[in-house]
Amino acid sequence: MTDANEYISSEPLVEIRDMHFSRGSNKIFKGLSLDIRCGQVTGFMGPSGTGKTTLLKLIGGQLKPLAGKVCIQDQDVNAISRSSLFELRKRMGMLFQSGALLTDINVFENVAFPLREHTKLPEQIIRDLVLMKLEAVGLRGARKLMPSQLSGGMARRVALARAIVLDPMMIMYDEPFTGLDPITKGTIVTLIKQLNNVLGLTSIIVSHDVEETLSIADYIYVISDGKVIESGTPVSLRSSSSKWVQQFLNGHPDGPVPFHYPAAEYTQDLLAGR
Amino acid sequence: MLDWLQNVGQKGLNVVESLGRSALFFIGVLEGIGVALIRFRLTLREIHSVGVLSLVIIAVSGLFVGMVLGLQGYVNFAKFNAEESLGIFVALSLVRELGPVVTGLLYAGRAGSALTAEIGLMKTTEQLASMEMMAVDPIRRIIAPRFLAGIISMPLLAAIFSAVGILGGYFVGVGLLGVDSGSYWSQMQANVDFSSDIINGVIKSVVFGIACNWIALYEGYDAIPTAEGVSRATTKTVVRSALAILALDFVLTALMFSDI
Repeated sequence: MTDANEYISSEPLVEIRDMHFSRGSNKIFKGLSLDIRCGQVTGFMGPSGTGKTTLLKLIGGQLKPLAGKVCIQDQDVNAISRSSLFELRKRMGMLFQSGALLTDINVFENVAFPLREHTKLPEQIIRDLVLMKLEAVGLRGARKLMPSQLSGGMARRVALARAIVLDPMMIMYDEPFTGLDPITKGTIVTLIKQLNNVLGLTSIIVSHDVEETLSIADYIYVISDGKVIESGTPVSLRSSSSKWVQQFLNGHPDGPVPFHYPAAEYTQDLLAGR
Repeated sequence: MLDWLQNVGQKGLNVVESLGRSALFFIGVLEGIGVALIRFRLTLREIHSVGVLSLVIIAVSGLFVGMVLGLQGYVNFAKFNAEESLGIFVALSLVRELGPVVTGLLYAGRAGSALTAEIGLMKTTEQLASMEMMAVDPIRRIIAPRFLAGIISMPLLAAIFSAVGILGGYFVGVGLLGVDSGSYWSQMQANVDFSSDIINGVIKSVVFGIACNWIALYEGYDAIPTAEGVSRATTKTVVRSALAILALDFVLTALMFSDI
């Protein structure tokens, strides 16, 4: 774990400046600005529905912001041509919440898919590379299984192997801990940490699992209502004076984020039915 | 009143927008055809799933349609003592109209709906999005081979439908009702023209193949990624393909066979 100064001093890989985005009439980001630094694990936390997954899609260029810029290595994702965007994406991995494995081919072929699409490597080398990546996630023995035969955690590990098979510079994790049992969760936490250190990756984690994210992230942005409301290292975040952050980290049901969906006054509402 | 007008306007805009999106989609698919030709193995797999697996329903339907044609043709031709023309009647009905049209309708129900559901589910389970993030264009890798496979399969299926239908007509007309076998075949041979009948039938089925696969793949690709969205998209595929095939059939028949 690094301290804030060390984090700030490393080069930014992704820069987001004054970005606006909405779905229909629902404004999701209202002028979001932040940096994601090279070689670090950056976490994004916030309640469900704050657009954390949308943020990853904006970074990957799958969605276009209404205004503002998303730059990766000084290239504006939305200004470059489709082919340069695809070149850029070859160096990004993304781990979807569901794994998003291709269901008509087995584990081995899923991991080999990016290699077969983007390289002309001989079969022997593809085999070696795929087995190496599967070994790294501990599923070399499961290579003949079909995606439908995998548990949720295994599917996510296969997807992780697939995301790193082209040796990307950056991986984006979309809710990597959601819906997993404690053992699998621990495995994923360790894997993310290891991959980041061993392969020198930049990792972006989007999650609302507080403990897991705090334990591996070097720097965390807390997002709510379309803006960064707090950022810092896990240590500084824990001692944050913001009531909102305290409510979120400790999971209090009521506080700055109200327990109740906006409604008419309770007694009046009950009486109105008579 | 104003609300109603606004609604009508909004619906109109939605239709135009959807047409625009489907046209762009079609152009994208056409660009991807080159890749589908180069990586023909991908296309071959799809020919198996849309073409080969549709064979049984196509052959069985063709047999029954041919048998009905033989029966109806015989009953009516017999009134004029023209039973020997049964061969021409069966062959021309099948090659010009029923072969391409009924094959198209069955294809939409059997393969088109399956394509829509498959693509729609790939979208729902984020497989298309993950492919895009792996810098693989799903239109080229997934859609184009399926489109090409459909266009290759449709005329072949229609040809098989017609051939089996002609045999069905033969069984009923010649086998059961006693039409002379020689006149069944020779009249057919003398009166079915290769370019004006068979080639036109093939052109029809290629056009139906393009329409049907375009609709099926677009509906899947454009489906709302939920269970309900995919089911609605599948229904739309079957309904729209059927209407498109019947309407196109009228236009093509008018162009091909009316001598205007």
